[in-house]
Amino acid sequence: MPEIRNYTLNFGPQHPAAHGVLRLVLEMDGEVIQRADPHIGLLHRGTEKLAESKPFNQSIGYMDRLDYVSMMCNEHGYVLAIEKLLNITPPERAQYIRVMFDEITRILNHLMWLGAHALDIGAMTVFLYAFREREDLMDCYEAVSGARMHATYYRPGGVYRDLPDSMPCYEYAASSKHSKSDVDELNQTRQGSLLDFIGAFTQRFPARIDEYETLLTDNRIWKQRTVGIGVVPPERALQLGFTGPMLRGSGIVWDLRRKQPYEIYDRLDFDIPIGQNGDCYDRYLVRIEEMRQSNRIIRQCVKWLKDHPGPVMLNDRKVAPPSRAEMKEGMEALIHHFKLFTEGYCVPAGEVYAAVEHPKGEFGVYLVSDGANKPYRVKVRAPGFTHLSSINEMVRGHMLADVVAIIGTQDIVFGEIDR
Amino acid sequence: MKKSAEHHAELLSIRFPGMLSVVDSATVGQLTVEISPDHSHAIFESLREDPECCYEQLIDIAGVDYSAYGVAEWATDDTTSRGFSRGVIECAPGRSAGSVQCAVDGCSGASRFAAVYQLLSVSRNERLRVRVFAKDDDLPVIPSVTDIWASANWYEREAFDLFGIVFEGHPDLRRILTDYGFVGFPFRKDFPLIGNVEMRYDGERGRVVYEPVSIEPRVLVPRVIRRDHRYIAES
Repeated sequence: MPEIRNYTLNFGPQHPAAHGVLRLVLEMDGEVIQRADPHIGLLHRGTEKLAESKPFNQSIGYMDRLDYVSMMCNEHGYVLAIEKLLNITPPERAQYIRVMFDEITRILNHLMWLGAHALDIGAMTVFLYAFREREDLMDCYEAVSGARMHATYYRPGGVYRDLPDSMPCYEYAASSKHSKSDVDELNQTRQGSLLDFIGAFTQRFPARIDEYETLLTDNRIWKQRTVGIGVVPPERALQLGFTGPMLRGSGIVWDLRRKQPYEIYDRLDFDIPIGQNGDCYDRYLVRIEEMRQSNRIIRQCVKWLKDHPGPVMLNDRKVAPPSRAEMKEGMEALIHHFKLFTEGYCVPAGEVYAAVEHPKGEFGVYLVSDGANKPYRVKVRAPGFTHLSSINEMVRGHMLADVVAIIGTQDIVFGEIDR
Repeated sequence: MKKSAEHHAELLSIRFPGMLSVVDSATVGQLTVEISPDHSHAIFESLREDPECCYEQLIDIAGVDYSAYGVAEWATDDTTSRGFSRGVIECAPGRSAGSVQCAVDGCSGASRFAAVYQLLSVSRNERLRVRVFAKDDDLPVIPSVTDIWASANWYEREAFDLFGIVFEGHPDLRRILTDYGFVGFPFRKDFPLIGNVEMRYDGERGRVVYEPVSIEPRVLVPRVIRRDHRYIAES
């Protein structure tokens, strides 16, 4: 009988299922994992330190690049922390716009997660389907901020600008492989304003979720790969610091949008799905249902926004810059503009922790200010960091192939883990 | 919200007499308490177990280096008839190593390093922020809470990696975010923003080499503290 020993397997950082730059050192007994030791930090950029050396507003763009699949939610956490210290509240319309884009971002994130997770476990089609809808939502990002991903749209005091009245259309070129009627069909929902486009999206999206579900929910292979894999009982989920869908998948009703509502979430009607078994399959079901609920929220926001025009930025020149036209004509506006963009605003000394229900969990920003125009300390609480720290416990005793399923179910993105 | 924070502070000071000091419960309605590392472990344990506290979750641990707190580069306190001085004293974190050191020297706080714990009670829907100052600035030591909350494991590794705070009793206190073989603690205020070394591949030697940084620190906006807060609207 030959002697069997544990051996060490290096998983990543260039493995496609490692979701970026995860290096996982696995100690294996045959095909069973004994211990997993993640090596992270390959994408560490020192975002927090960079933010400490810049005026407050100049770091909003760094927040987009933390979790680069849910950009605006990161901005939201940071902007909310500054607003709490400054003791300002953005106009109502800005709050609705933020909530709407938070939910668009949630769908963007969950679609990315769904596609990547399914691809990891061997279902190719979902990925392509998910990207079809992501494309529409990224067009919304682009219409509102000019950038498809890193929007820098939220600002302390509101949002950068109001929603546009027209959507960019696809252009027809004779050389293109698309016919004129194809292009017209693509442009059909783009004839009105951005809100019309988003409204049309919320109409067709539930049927699209049904499509994903027909591919996966009752799929035998999908269930074999996810049911009973990576089970986390509720007490352990709390111990391990789980938040968001990871915590709800274990059956704990906890959603910051409900429990500690920010912006106007307390006025909206939506449900919080929870799982029962705390395995990968339940977390999948939770996230699918969250997309439906986000769709519901977006629909309510679109309705409200259509009926209530108004300012989207605080009318406080000490925090928000004056309009371009005003700046060209008024001396005072010119001075405000100059001071805001050369020095920024000073934030009263103090400390604050602001958390939002990010698609991945609780995204928090702990901000310490000493009264300067730059933050003294910014600490980003990234949900993925905490979730990944539990991977040793989650994969122990599972097979190598299940590691991929568990990485997928954690929905980790290295931009926020490594910061 | 503000009222409940004050009420909560009162309850805590009754529960732990003489062991914690309440700071800042009024400003944003968030409660912060400070405890000494001597009995922090016992307090954290009862914060989790006590049915009146019941903080099941440790949400975050943030290391903080208070050594350059309140240091500004531009004197705005006194004006002259010719207006503010335009000269910038280059002494804020983010600049070169020398000027960073002057920022740290210019400030003599009581203790330099602290770990800030964000606790969350899911059952009572309440948050609490606890700050523990390390006693020694040269070797900051704070007891580990990994045996109370499993999530503390990586948070403590991170604070150790970035600030050099040693968590006594941590089972596996290794660096986590920085490179293998990294020297120094990058988030300390006396660590320059551009770093100390840069890395490149040396074709002749056929391996990666580390050299002192060649780039210049570049700070475009000086650090300014406006003590009168004229930039903030009175509410």
